[in-house]
Amino acid sequence: MTEPAASEPKVPLWEVFIRARNGLAHKHVGSLHAADATLALQAARDLYTRRGEGLSIWVVPSAAITASDPAEKGMMFEPTASKVYRHPTFYEIPDEVGHM
Amino acid sequence: MYTQGLNQGPDAADRRIEDAALLQRFQERIDAEERIEPNDWMPEAYRRTLVRQISQHAHSEIIGMQPEGNWITRAPSLRRKAALLAKVQDECGHGLYLYAAAETLGVAREEMVEQLLAGKAKYSSIFNYPTLTWADIGAIGWLVDGAAIMNQIPLCRCSYGPYARAMIRVCKEESFHQRQGYEIMLTLCRGNGAQKEMAQDALNRWWWPCLMMFGPPDAASQHTDTSTRWKIKRFTNDELRQKFIDATVPQAHFLGLTVPDPDLRFDEATGHWAHGAIDWEEFRQVVAGNGPCNAQRMERRRRTEEDGAWVRDAARAFAEKEKSRHRAAA
Ligand SMILES: [Fe+2]
Ligand SMILES: [Fe+2]
Repeated sequence: MTEPAASEPKVPLWEVFIRARNGLAHKHVGSLHAADATLALQAARDLYTRRGEGLSIWVVPSAAITASDPAEKGMMFEPTASKVYRHPTFYEIPDEVGHM
Repeated sequence: MYTQGLNQGPDAADRRIEDAALLQRFQERIDAEERIEPNDWMPEAYRRTLVRQISQHAHSEIIGMQPEGNWITRAPSLRRKAALLAKVQDECGHGLYLYAAAETLGVAREEMVEQLLAGKAKYSSIFNYPTLTWADIGAIGWLVDGAAIMNQIPLCRCSYGPYARAMIRVCKEESFHQRQGYEIMLTLCRGNGAQKEMAQDALNRWWWPCLMMFGPPDAASQHTDTSTRWKIKRFTNDELRQKFIDATVPQAHFLGLTVPDPDLRFDEATGHWAHGAIDWEEFRQVVAGNGPCNAQRMERRRRTEEDGAWVRDAARAFAEKEKSRHRAAA
């Protein structure tokens, strides 16, 4: 037996985004390991689009993503809950005016 | 089913006092059917249970390519060959989705693979049986993938988000696997006497190992309680096994085949098929490494890892070279 796998340097992780159809945004579908961007794209094609799932693929190094901290969920998102005036239903328009 | 090696409860180290309030909040989220995401707080035992279960599941998909891969070059027609090739490629994909799901829990894929290669990790017992004839490819698709679907559908609602999402993807792909297998069986059963006999022989050999895929009977399984409370597991081993039997027996009858269980009978009172005793000693032997193909599967997996080393080296060297070129150009 040769060297165990762990003695090899780790292969970088990439996040994969796919545009399913024209007019839709790219959507995160999963991740994979690849040595570089070209191989990551090819692996993404093989792994995530075997049944016509997409028209376009983005791969992004996972290390390049900055994520919000779930522990700070309250501070980040709760203030919007009190701003009901940002929604159309906050305003009262008589029925006679019709659809607006 | 993918937790066959999980026969001990949480480690003693985990019983250390974790913040009771966090634990309570965690359980409330689970009870409210919220999904737990990678950066959320979770008990150590939950993390460890998931890492073991998901990595065993991933290893099963990867090792599971071998028994079927064995017949790709000998498929009886181009149509069958294309389908089998696509199926085996799907199984590889399933393994990779699952390794990625496990990695979100803080374990590197390299570590998981190393554990498998070192013989420290388990994979489903079913893949340690040989594929002796073409009919085995039919039986695997129909029965092994059928059993896998029974197990994986409830996992789509597993409390851990990345695992549940991987399972949704996998389940979408599984249905073709089962259908192509059943179609092979159907073709053989409508063929000549020798072909039908081959189908019956495959059913005879695969039936009992497939029932064992669901793991030990509920009375003997120790870790079901926590997994159920954490909604990692939504049905017990026996419940899933019964669902599988009820779904499969009529399919066998449609093929005109006999299920190799003299005690099998339909119980009017319960509306279920009652089955005979399962040979759990055989199961223990296979899980312990003494099945007909354990050594062969591991040897093949290790050799593949070694044979692929030069590809990984070359890809890495090329990536490094490109990077330094970029730096030089900047
Ligand atoms: Fe699979
Ligand atoms: Fe499958």
